[in-house]
Amino acid sequence: MNNLFVYLEIEEGIVADVSLELLTKGRSLAGQLDCKLEVIAAGSIADLEKIEEQVFPYGVDVLHLFKDDRLSPYTTLPHTSILAELFRKEQPQICLMGATIIGRDLGPRVSSLLGSGLTADCTSLEIGDHEDKKARKTYKDLLYQIRPAFGGNIVAWIINPDCRPQMATVREGVMKKEIFDPYYKGETIEHNVADYVKEEDFVVNIIDRHIEKSKVNIKNSPIIVSGGYGVGSKENFQLLYQLADVLGAEVGASRAAVDAGFSEHERQVGQTGITVRPKVYIACGISGQIQHIAGMQDSSIIISINNDPNAPINSIADYVITGEIEKVIPKMIKYYKKNSK
Amino acid sequence: MAFNIIVLAKQVPDTRNVGKDAMKADGTVNRAALPAIFNPEDLNAMEQALGIKDRFPGSKITVLTMGPGRAAEILREGLFRGADDGVLLTDRAFAGADTLATSYALSMAIRKIGQFDIIVSGRQAIDGDTAQVGPQVAEKLGIPQITYAENIEKIENGEITVKRRLENGVEVVECPLPVVITVNGSARACRPRNAKLLLKYKHAKTVTERQVENIDYIDIYSSRPYLNLTEWSVDDVEADKVQCGLSGSPTKVKKIENVVFQAKESRQLTDDDVDIEELMKELIDNHTIG
Repeated sequence: MNNLFVYLEIEEGIVADVSLELLTKGRSLAGQLDCKLEVIAAGSIADLEKIEEQVFPYGVDVLHLFKDDRLSPYTTLPHTSILAELFRKEQPQICLMGATIIGRDLGPRVSSLLGSGLTADCTSLEIGDHEDKKARKTYKDLLYQIRPAFGGNIVAWIINPDCRPQMATVREGVMKKEIFDPYYKGETIEHNVADYVKEEDFVVNIIDRHIEKSKVNIKNSPIIVSGGYGVGSKENFQLLYQLADVLGAEVGASRAAVDAGFSEHERQVGQTGITVRPKVYIACGISGQIQHIAGMQDSSIIISINNDPNAPINSIADYVITGEIEKVIPKMIKYYKKNSK
Repeated sequence: MAFNIIVLAKQVPDTRNVGKDAMKADGTVNRAALPAIFNPEDLNAMEQALGIKDRFPGSKITVLTMGPGRAAEILREGLFRGADDGVLLTDRAFAGADTLATSYALSMAIRKIGQFDIIVSGRQAIDGDTAQVGPQVAEKLGIPQITYAENIEKIENGEITVKRRLENGVEVVECPLPVVITVNGSARACRPRNAKLLLKYKHAKTVTERQVENIDYIDIYSSRPYLNLTEWSVDDVEADKVQCGLSGSPTKVKKIENVVFQAKESRQLTDDDVDIEELMKELIDNHTIG
């Protein structure tokens, strides 16, 4: 009872990275709280075949299995019913899920059903106490759900003092994934899906579905050439692709550049995009809004190219090149080629 | 066939274009320095609603917003683009609401509107980026939800077909009405204001606005009833005050911090050939690149 639960996202039998990252975080929080780490896997029989070996090494104590071919691919209502009913029985104190399309579809629905609080897109989770001075009440071991707010201009520490479970979603790449113990063995409980899900939960039908393996792999690229609104146009973004091509890098973008249509959303770096930690981050025409910086500040070396010498991003950059990207990038390509032989 | 459509829209501070004066010296947000806008993805939702009305003449679009009195601006923006009606949900009791308390209040207003086949809203608002209100409203109303929608493909025999944008693909789903649909920013942009509608609804006001502004052509509101924007309080929608605002919010803000990043000592370079060549050489020599 009162354990920490993580909802697993599974696509074609593979547990999503974001879920594994949450297991690592969940393991450490469960250790601090002296409670168990439990996970929920709901999907088709084929999808759940190899779940145990994927999750137990992350220190999972209990695996709840819900096998039914109608549960894959994910739809909102049956997965909501499973979580809500399981949580009524198990009374978890914390529930974590990925801030993915699934997590952000499921989380709010479950939280509304249970009347519990949910904090979206947390960048940090900690355990701590809270003193409500007005009510003269002290709460022990609450989950501090820390997230940027107001477009990333402030950081808010959110708590759910009275309602359980304390629910939070976290974006992919924000937490680190680490094997806890390769030989760790937890317990598996297989539930009877019919006890949880009603027929009416299957009113939404998926009639067509195309999933492509993403061609963009920003998260694991050691070098990222990233562009902001200051790049000026979609055409100018080609310069970034040229530089990336020469350096063997990926191209990233700030939210402003994505909003302006210069780049695709899947390349967005920052709080509402991907969190990256490359060896080199080359920021081209990025002013450095806080929410962007939050997603790349752990890069080993940051190079900022900007015509504004006072761009906020310059303060965290190792190298600041003041100039127009149209001039600087061709020179970088030229001198890279000249010196790399 | 005609449908009753409710568009949930929010007036938000434009957090995307935060200037230097947007943060006060003490690290708090200077809301006055940020322009209030129609939440961008709510406009995408508005367009989906208008698209249904194009295909099914006689459909009725009601824009519903919750906020302070000035949020009535959102209702007019909706009317200028082709909505038929606007409802402002405003009350001090709603202040401090988190997503759950907001969803409760909106669901009560939707119940009061009564007839609805399709509820559309933006995927999320740019001041909170939570994407929670749509699904929570759907749950409160006990109806299905389709999130991350990119296009409403068709409506036939009481079933709606919607294309969704996933992280790395698309999905087409079919669902019986009524339904809540949250629309992604990748959906087609909203049509601009219509000049005729702009003239027609320019003076559309809520009761409170009319009192404040002391308009001398007050009789137009009795001769042209469509200029009266509906304004509802907690009591009007028969909401339970305890479930609204701060008291109805399970999440509490423990503290707010200004964002401070560790500044580094940067090396300053110009765009001269010498500087760039030296940089590239250095990065190659220390095996950072290459």
